Amino acid sequence: MFINLFRALRRHGIPATFNEWMLLQQALGENLADSSLTRFYHLARAILVKTEGHFDRFDQAFLECFGHIDSSDELIARIEERLARLPPLELTEEEKRLVEELDLEEVRGRFLDRLRNQDDEEHVGGNQAIGVKGRSPFGAWGYNPAGVRIGQGVSRHRRAVQIAEKRSFRNYRDDVALDTRAIKTVLGYMRQVVREGPKESLDVEGTVRATCRNAGELEFVWERARRKRIKLMLLMDAGGTMTAHAELVSRLFSAARDLVKNLKFYYFHNCVYQELYTDIARMTPVATRKVLEQTPRDTRVILVGDAYMAPSELLHPNGAIDFWYRNDRPGIEWLGDIRKRFRKVLWLNPEPREWWPSVPTTRMIGGLFPMHELTLEGMRHGTRALMKQ
Amino acid sequence: MNRFKGTGSYILSDSLKEIVNAAIVLGRPLLLKGEPGTGKTELAQVIAEDLGLGLIRWNIKSTTKATEGLYVYDTVQRLNDSRFHDKDVSDIRQYIRFGRLGEALRSEEQVVLLIDEIDKADLEFPNDLLYELDQMQFDVVETGDHFSARHRPIVMITSNSEKELPDAFLRRCLFHYIEFPDPEMMERIARVHYPDLERKLVAQVVARFYQVRERRDLKKRPSTSELLDWIQAIVAGGIGERELVRRLPFLGVLLKTEEDLASVTR
Repeated sequence: MFINLFRALRRHGIPATFNEWMLLQQALGENLADSSLTRFYHLARAILVKTEGHFDRFDQAFLECFGHIDSSDELIARIEERLARLPPLELTEEEKRLVEELDLEEVRGRFLDRLRNQDDEEHVGGNQAIGVKGRSPFGAWGYNPAGVRIGQGVSRHRRAVQIAEKRSFRNYRDDVALDTRAIKTVLGYMRQVVREGPKESLDVEGTVRATCRNAGELEFVWERARRKRIKLMLLMDAGGTMTAHAELVSRLFSAARDLVKNLKFYYFHNCVYQELYTDIARMTPVATRKVLEQTPRDTRVILVGDAYMAPSELLHPNGAIDFWYRNDRPGIEWLGDIRKRFRKVLWLNPEPREWWPSVPTTRMIGGLFPMHELTLEGMRHGTRALMKQ
Repeated sequence: MNRFKGTGSYILSDSLKEIVNAAIVLGRPLLLKGEPGTGKTELAQVIAEDLGLGLIRWNIKSTTKATEGLYVYDTVQRLNDSRFHDKDVSDIRQYIRFGRLGEALRSEEQVVLLIDEIDKADLEFPNDLLYELDQMQFDVVETGDHFSARHRPIVMITSNSEKELPDAFLRRCLFHYIEFPDPEMMERIARVHYPDLERKLVAQVVARFYQVRERRDLKKRPSTSELLDWIQAIVAGGIGERELVRRLPFLGVLLKTEEDLASVTR
């Protein structure tokens, strides 16, 4: 049932599997959706989608499949809309009298009958179907005191299609917007567990082995506790074109600082040259060479920048955007040094991926570093590669 | 089968209620995610109360191993006993200590099992539980004993998404993301906790709370529990709704970092 939904989900990139699909069928068999589209929406989502990052895609796929389906409220709204478009009817006194002879109960019963039989065409002026300007007792702006008015009901229940249309999970999409919590979630994957510190926890397996070797004389074996540890260096572009992304970058930074104890961070201005800055407002410099030498090779390095600059800034000596700044080596060589020094590097770019190919410097830097978008999905892919041994 | 209906003291959305029932009927674990303070952990408690079942709570830490949840063979104790000859160490069963999952599977009656904060554990942890959660049975290798659940426990799992959970594990669960309550629901929650409070005051506190919470520059957004504490502080301080319009008293209850406090009071 509803195999088109399954297809649409796959098309929207939700990795729903056949087994999950069968579970949904089982759930429908148990009547868990109770013939309600709203319940079906929640049930299908709970079974087929396993991360809130995909809820918005689910909404879109759901709309594709069920957006055209009218639940009763919607049908009424549509009838009303259609009726409103048509001119009102004027009747003679005699006709009015004829019409008044109908009573309400009868009308209601016949209304439902006819609604079932009526096709979807607009209907004007007939005596049978529901429409306007008619003598049929159903519809609006017609004349019949016992007629059934359609279109005054206000929806009291949130309906599935409406919920999906609201797309309230758009902000949870993993390929857009980031808040601090989301960034933390992603950076959290970088927390690595290693054994370090004093030997203070009992190694049971080892104790058993040692004791057995010792002919039953108890011998304790201790091991180092597992600690979370990762060394991370953030290099952030604070150049002019990055101003638009300043808030995003500061969120990334505050998330990283909370999560990673061993965090070093420096700023650069458009491109890295012989100096990095510990404080961008005061432009406190440190020698890039010194930073490279003193940072262990196994440090993970994340560069954050739009890689958007004049080619000369990247390729020419003395090409720095700041006129008074002199650099003997072009920026691209400094970037190359960073790439060579560290085994695991990542470039996060706040500009959308579609733009990258049209910016020459982005292309060049993208050739040097694995580059990902500064979005949840981009960071997830990037950090995963970063954590691989 | 018993249907979960929800209790008066715990406000939850209809969709969550339906999904809890779906998880019970389908016999699948329900994975709950959501912002801190949205009541993920409390839900298991409420289900247990509502259905009149026992609750077994397994708190996961970064060092928790899946096998510990089933049982631990206390070899050290046994070795120690063997040294002093004060017990019969040939009976291994007395050294088998069952974990929370083991308890749930051995239980004579149906129970609600809460696996709290599963994302704290090692990446492989959820995968190590696949068989036991699917089949609801396990063996004690050392004694050859086999345990199979008489009644499938109702399994609730919470995650703060510190780590991604493995796909194979996710495929077996139902998933629900508890959204942060909207103001209307929040008022209901507040009234459940403070039934004697004036409606107008509650509405005003909640409105002010959302004003603070919606600020984009916050590092840590206040959640339900902070709001409830705030209400208590406001009641204790005898502050009326008029005063709330003018100022935000006891902000320290809502905001826990200095930066946030500074940015809101500025």
